[in-house]
Amino acid sequence: MKILVGLKHVPDTETKVKVADDGVSLVEAGIKFVMSPYDEYAVEEALKLKEAAGEGEVLLVCAGPESATATLRQGLAMGADRAVLIQDPRFDRADGLVRASALASVATQESPDLVLLGKQGVGTDESQTVPMLGELLDLPHVSAVGTLEIVDGRFTAHREIEGAVEVMEGSLPAILGCEKGLNEPRYASLKGIMQAKKKTIDVRSAADAGIEDGALGEGKMVVWEKLDLPAPRSGARILEGEIDDQVVELVRCLREEEKVI
Amino acid sequence: MATEEKEMKVTRGCNFLVDEASLDDVFIPEEFDEEQQMVGQLARDFYDGSVAPVNDEIEALADGVTVNLLKEAGELGLLSVDLPERFGGFAQTKAVSMLVAESLCKNASFNTAFSCHTGIGSLPIVYFGTEEQKQKFLPGLATGEIIGAYALTEAGSGSDALAARTTAVLNDEGTEYVLNGEKLFITNGNFADLFIVFAKVDGEQFTAFIIEKNNEGLSLGAEEKKMGIKGSSTTSVILQDAKVPVENVLGEIGNGARIAFNILNVGRFKLAAAVTGGGIAAMKETVEYAKGRQQFGRPIAEFGMVQHKIAESLSRLYAARSAIYRTAGYIDQNIATIDVTDPERDSKVIDSAIREYMVECSILKVFCSEALDYTVDEVVQIYGGYGYTQEYGAERYYRDSRINRIFEGTNEINRIVVGGEVMKRAAKNSIPLFARAKALLDELTGFPDLGDDDDTSFLANERKLVNQARKIVYLAAGTMGQTLGMKLQDVWGHEELLGLLADLIMETYAMDSAVLRTMKLKERGAPDVDTFHSALTRLYCNEAMARMEITARTLLSAIVEGDDLSMALSGLRRTAKYAPANTVALRREIAEYAASHDDWGL
Ligand SMILES: Cc1cc2nc3c(=O)[nH]c(=O)nc-3n(C[C@H](O)[C@H](O)[C@H](O)COP(=O)(O)OP(=O)(O)OC[C@H]3O[C@@H](n4cnc5c(N)ncnc54)[C@H](O)[C@@H]3O)c2cc1C
Ligand SMILES: Cc1cc2nc3c(=O)[nH]c(=O)nc-3n(C[C@H](O)[C@H](O)[C@H](O)COP(=O)(O)OP(=O)(O)OC[C@H]3O[C@@H](n4cnc5c(N)ncnc54)[C@H](O)[C@@H]3O)c2cc1C
Repeated sequence: MKILVGLKHVPDTETKVKVADDGVSLVEAGIKFVMSPYDEYAVEEALKLKEAAGEGEVLLVCAGPESATATLRQGLAMGADRAVLIQDPRFDRADGLVRASALASVATQESPDLVLLGKQGVGTDESQTVPMLGELLDLPHVSAVGTLEIVDGRFTAHREIEGAVEVMEGSLPAILGCEKGLNEPRYASLKGIMQAKKKTIDVRSAADAGIEDGALGEGKMVVWEKLDLPAPRSGARILEGEIDDQVVELVRCLREEEKVI
Repeated sequence: MATEEKEMKVTRGCNFLVDEASLDDVFIPEEFDEEQQMVGQLARDFYDGSVAPVNDEIEALADGVTVNLLKEAGELGLLSVDLPERFGGFAQTKAVSMLVAESLCKNASFNTAFSCHTGIGSLPIVYFGTEEQKQKFLPGLATGEIIGAYALTEAGSGSDALAARTTAVLNDEGTEYVLNGEKLFITNGNFADLFIVFAKVDGEQFTAFIIEKNNEGLSLGAEEKKMGIKGSSTTSVILQDAKVPVENVLGEIGNGARIAFNILNVGRFKLAAAVTGGGIAAMKETVEYAKGRQQFGRPIAEFGMVQHKIAESLSRLYAARSAIYRTAGYIDQNIATIDVTDPERDSKVIDSAIREYMVECSILKVFCSEALDYTVDEVVQIYGGYGYTQEYGAERYYRDSRINRIFEGTNEINRIVVGGEVMKRAAKNSIPLFARAKALLDELTGFPDLGDDDDTSFLANERKLVNQARKIVYLAAGTMGQTLGMKLQDVWGHEELLGLLADLIMETYAMDSAVLRTMKLKERGAPDVDTFHSALTRLYCNEAMARMEITARTLLSAIVEGDDLSMALSGLRRTAKYAPANTVALRREIAEYAASHDDWGL
């Protein structure tokens, strides 16, 4: 089974970001970039499927800046077989369709049996790539998959929805977006790290992947106008006294100060 | 580092006392390549994902927790980072193994078990084992299938390890040694599968043996009830007619001291890396606390005296980390010159490449454990009353820190190593310390060199301070050599002096290492070097110079008198003279930076 896994190189969720002077990008100095956490589930699931099948190939693809090789290398160290980087610094602030198109070009060439992605890329959290890629390739697609089973060329995916679990079945090839809890991503072991060094990362330009220059620059469909940090939280208050008095005080605050009830 | 490493030349041990290092020869942690950084990341991920969630179980010494974690670390390769490849290791540099050590230190108990296993528990076999012993034990040690321990200390012989009373007697057939005695304070005792035990053959020849747990004559005492690192196992190991096959003699009969002391060099620098990582992690949490804790209507992180504590800790930890990776770099450069196909390679690594830096290893052990102690003391203070309760980490960090000044050679013993070995190398002229001392005397009796005080280049003042620090060492060592000469061979009669000299040497290495790292960061265009790193360096150097003058005065006053003392002290004043920086302002800058940045790049 050949599995293609799409990865996104994103700022570590632990780092505090700062908006740059241009108002639309982040100050990159001092920010650590990592593999988007949902993508880790995708890599793990691909590796497990390959191991269970006893054969196959896990191919990683990322549309991103040159520095995204670090994320691909991480995936290779976890055990993936090879990687493709469609390199352009502008992918960072491109729209979902451009990134999905870049992945689609590689998927078309490689014709994988299955494409796994994170259900969303942390940072911009648009959740667009899974459905867009599905539509571009005209293949079944399900996102936020929490349990996955693959038997005889068909998949059964469970996804949690409000108060219930939805069970989706479909044929392969398909595009699936992985949800937290699908599995426990492995560490990239020392052995994996050493082997990753010998695996290839095939670097292509956006043009190689069929992305027209305009789509990344002037002619962008989605333009970032402004980035703002959330307003700093104002001081919390701990209510004191007997519990009955605290409740009265709480209701008073909610009604009179915060005016929410 | 691979490509840069080749361009670095081998630097002799103690060379920092006599030569200004070229930046090209100094390794800094910012030079790790992508793959090496991934190894560091693996160690951090393993800590966060597997160790941190079971912190409480580790502290309670719950059955199997630490062993299972060690096995998991083994599967990931973390137990065999610097073991030879042919035994399942990854043959990484010592610098990378430091990076791993400093990443696992947030739980000091687990780190103790880990360091004991990968260091003193495994390395004696790597460096001194026969081919058969290596093949038999190393693959298991690499995966954690076999857990190692090191049994040197006895009730009557701690610092004076060679006074051990455990005996080994060869049986009549010449096939087995029979060991009797009791070893005390053995880390990993409770769950180790293999013990490196030191005993005296025929009551005389100090020798190392490999003893497996299933040996009938081996039993364990109860867990010690300790002040800190409560989640690490410490037991006695009792040997009652323990029969050890001759194949399990490690190294040669009578060669135990060479094994014991050389292995300690490795233990010392790994301890240094771990404690420094621990100090940085503890201070990180503390700064977050201080930002959130309001008193007098403001976060306490904004108060100058709290900032003092933060900045002082950070400047010491920065100097510590700079010295650690510099030393690791020297050791790695030295090891790289040993032919990989040389059958004697492993023993050459420990006997020459690492031993060459025994002074640096002891400096690191003392300096870093004391930097940690300073830091955790201030951590408790910044947490105030909450630092004294068990609700926060501060109380545990404080207790856990204390052991580091005691094991792997007490800091007193390590100070004697530093002072004694430097005087020995000076006497043998393997470092030209006395020639430098003589040149300094000539300089001091001549006209004062007013120098070019208008040098405004980057860290010009601090580079000058490092040169002055070296000269203070020349003055102290030179005066000691001249007035005491051969008498210094009576170490016990002069150990305070050796200790004071060690303090001067340590300060010099710390200052020099911080300056070199900051210069190199500047050269590499690292962010914030002009603000944060240079402030850390300036603060450290200024304070160190003030301490050095006092230490040198105490030392000189103890060895010369009358006019000679007056002369020596006036020489000291001239040598130690400097225009102090505004360290109050520097500390504020440092603390403000620390409060507003996530990644300190210490
Ligand atoms: C938690 C823990 C784990 C340990 N793990 C191990 C282990 O795995 N394997 C092992 O073999 N040992 C281990 N040890 C033992 C440790 O190495 C010794 O405790 C240490 O070497 C000091 O020996 P001692 O306790 O007998 O103290 P002593 O040697 O009695 O020293 C007491 C004090 O006197 C000072 N002193 C002694 N001689 C001199 C001198 N000449 N000049 C100046 N001061 C001097 C010391 O510095 C110290 O301050 C461990 C100890 C502890 C507490
Ligand atoms: C075991 C124990 C027994 C106690 N018993 C009693 C008791 O019987 N009765 C009672 O009323 N209280 C008691 N206390 C409370 C004790 O008096 C407080 O813990 C102490 O006053 C410090 O206050 P804090 O813990 O809130 O620390 P904080 O006030 O939050 O101080 C934290 C740190 O910030 C520093 N700091 C604060 N403000 C400034 C400033 N302006 N400039 C510089 N540094 C500053 C402090 O010096 C400290 O280092 C007890 C505490 C303990 C731990």
